[in-house]
Amino acid sequence: MNAPAERILTREHGLELLGQMLRIRCFEDRCYRLYGEGKIRGFLHLYNGEEAVAVGALKALRPCDAIVSTYREHGHALVRGISMEKVMAELFGKHTGCSRGRGGSMHLFDASKRFYGGNAIVAGGLPIAVGLALAQKLARPGELTACFFGDGAVAEGEFHESLNLASLWRLPVLFLCENNLYAMGTALERAQAQTDITVQARAYRIEAAAVDGMDVLAVEEAVGAAAERIRKDAGPALLEMRTYRFRAHSMFDPQLYRDKAEIEAWRKKGPIITLTTRLKTLGLMSEEDYQRLEREAQAQVEAAVRFAESSPWEPVSELERFVYAGAS
Amino acid sequence: MPAPPEPAAPLAYREAVREAVREALKADPRVFLMGEDVGRYGGSYAVSKGLLEEFGPQRIRDTPLCESAFVGAGIGAALGGLRPIVEIMTVNFSLLALDQIVNNAATLSHMSGGQLSVPLVIRLATGAGRQLAAQHSHSLEGWYAHIPGLRIAVPSTLDDARFMLAAALASPDPVLLFEHLYLYNMEGELTAGLERVDLDHAAIRRPGGDLTLITYGWSLYKCLAAAETLSREGIEAEVLDLRTLRPLDDAAILASVRRTHRALIVDEGWRSGSLSAEVSARIMEQAFYDLDAPVARVCTMEVPVPYAKHLEEAALPSPERILAAARTLLSPGASG
Ligand SMILES: Cc1ncc(C[n+]2csc(CCOP(=O)(O)OP(=O)(O)O)c2C)c(N)n1
Ligand SMILES: [Mg+2]
Repeated sequence: MNAPAERILTREHGLELLGQMLRIRCFEDRCYRLYGEGKIRGFLHLYNGEEAVAVGALKALRPCDAIVSTYREHGHALVRGISMEKVMAELFGKHTGCSRGRGGSMHLFDASKRFYGGNAIVAGGLPIAVGLALAQKLARPGELTACFFGDGAVAEGEFHESLNLASLWRLPVLFLCENNLYAMGTALERAQAQTDITVQARAYRIEAAAVDGMDVLAVEEAVGAAAERIRKDAGPALLEMRTYRFRAHSMFDPQLYRDKAEIEAWRKKGPIITLTTRLKTLGLMSEEDYQRLEREAQAQVEAAVRFAESSPWEPVSELERFVYAGAS
Repeated sequence: MPAPPEPAAPLAYREAVREAVREALKADPRVFLMGEDVGRYGGSYAVSKGLLEEFGPQRIRDTPLCESAFVGAGIGAALGGLRPIVEIMTVNFSLLALDQIVNNAATLSHMSGGQLSVPLVIRLATGAGRQLAAQHSHSLEGWYAHIPGLRIAVPSTLDDARFMLAAALASPDPVLLFEHLYLYNMEGELTAGLERVDLDHAAIRRPGGDLTLITYGWSLYKCLAAAETLSREGIEAEVLDLRTLRPLDDAAILASVRRTHRALIVDEGWRSGSLSAEVSARIMEQAFYDLDAPVARVCTMEVPVPYAKHLEEAALPSPERILAAARTLLSPGASG
């Protein structure tokens, strides 16, 4: 694994990263409650524990880069800059949502941010990322496509087909595997003959590294370095972000497959605690700073909930719009 | 002074498709062709023969055997501003890319609230008749026509083989073009002066007033042959080529049926839960009182298409079965 990056951590940068992680954490915790209240329905997959991956990765990328994500993508969408109001409204199914309420939690889109969606088919986004990168390589060199997926996707054929194609054609894809050790209830070692995902990537001659996904600075540094190589036409790269999800897989998961003690142990090395401790130890942040960031995040979330609550539903008369772009 | 027109040389269907691909590549630098063996090999049905030499490997792109990845890559490239033509060798192998076609290409526009569109063209060979056995003889275009978000078109004539691709590329939505494998060798001449066709309308390939044969693909020619025989018996069948299976051209279907009052649907797909069932239902819903007899169908028998020649022939729609169904439809006992 990459060594944690202690270099040139400024107060400003540290607070920015922490603030982003707190935004996601507060958002997700609020979603959990809203689900209980029946405001959010459908499948809801929360990102608690994995915030450092979205924040570190997306902070290291550029606005011109394309992003492809999964159904566990609230964090990616928020850090990418889709407004929290629009994301929350989407979860409510409102007209003002970032997909007009047609996608819900698993399908957040924003074409203007080059955010090509949460995909609810495990590994379904990887081939699309390959194609986006093909378009970039041919028409817009220097851009790349970052593709998030879980450890479960590694078992799918689409993962292997996509890695091979991206490597064969030297495409600017950054594969970002969020290895949280479980695909629903199936632990990685119960699913993979080779649990080191970087080894699988190297079999396709793809540069790969494992990263401490609980350390936002390590993620940011690794993604920045990989992106720089990719922009120079070095071909694709894969980073295995070793992380953990603190909450259930979805809202319908009694978590029979893992111990409470295991979850507690991971919580102690969670990304927010880790960065908070580091910033305080280095004297870059006070407890008041932390409280303020948390208050700000909470205020944003409450504003987003108010926006979603007060937003209208799309008229049913528009149901059939956008099935075809040619007849919208 | 313009040169006098050369006498039209006979053109094969595969050459017409090749010309369409060439023209598209020349007209728009965003267009490229991608698929298994489209380059060095020249295309499994020789459609793209010579194009690699002419346009180079960036635009005639051989892929590994990975239908899901290269169809998905076509979707991504379309999202990224290119205009891919993806060739899936045959519809049979498109089953390995169903996830990308049905879950992504068909959904992204609607599911993103209209922010995205997928201007992707997929060309696939379809159909039976070559003794290739069950796994190489599917006619699944009717299945795909079930999916909102996709456009399904079937070029069955040389003119459509030559010009449908341009119409498909002009569409901002994913279009699947189904080329019946029996048609690739068909030779003929293009209609003089024709420069484009649309992707919306059915076409009457033979006018007639006594019954309507509704069909598409290779079955079109079986229907035309049956219509010739019927004509000698004094029965004039109208032959309607659907051309587009999604959207269906209801207006053309209904207009013809309202003239002839009898409809026979001929489809190489199976009968149960099928395109022919859909066409039949639409006629029933919208022209029930214009009918002089129940709508009839000739479809592939409900078996995996077998290898042995006599069995395969028995399984597929044939001019004989079409004739028999037409005669039954016209017999006095058929009317209500
Ligand atoms: C192709 C496919 N198979 C099964 C599912 C059901 N499913 C949804 S999430 C999931 C687990 C995926 O785990 P992983 O890729 O590790 O992502 P994580 O949920 O851990 O973020 C499964 C099996 C699905 N959505 N798609
Ligand atoms: Mg997982």
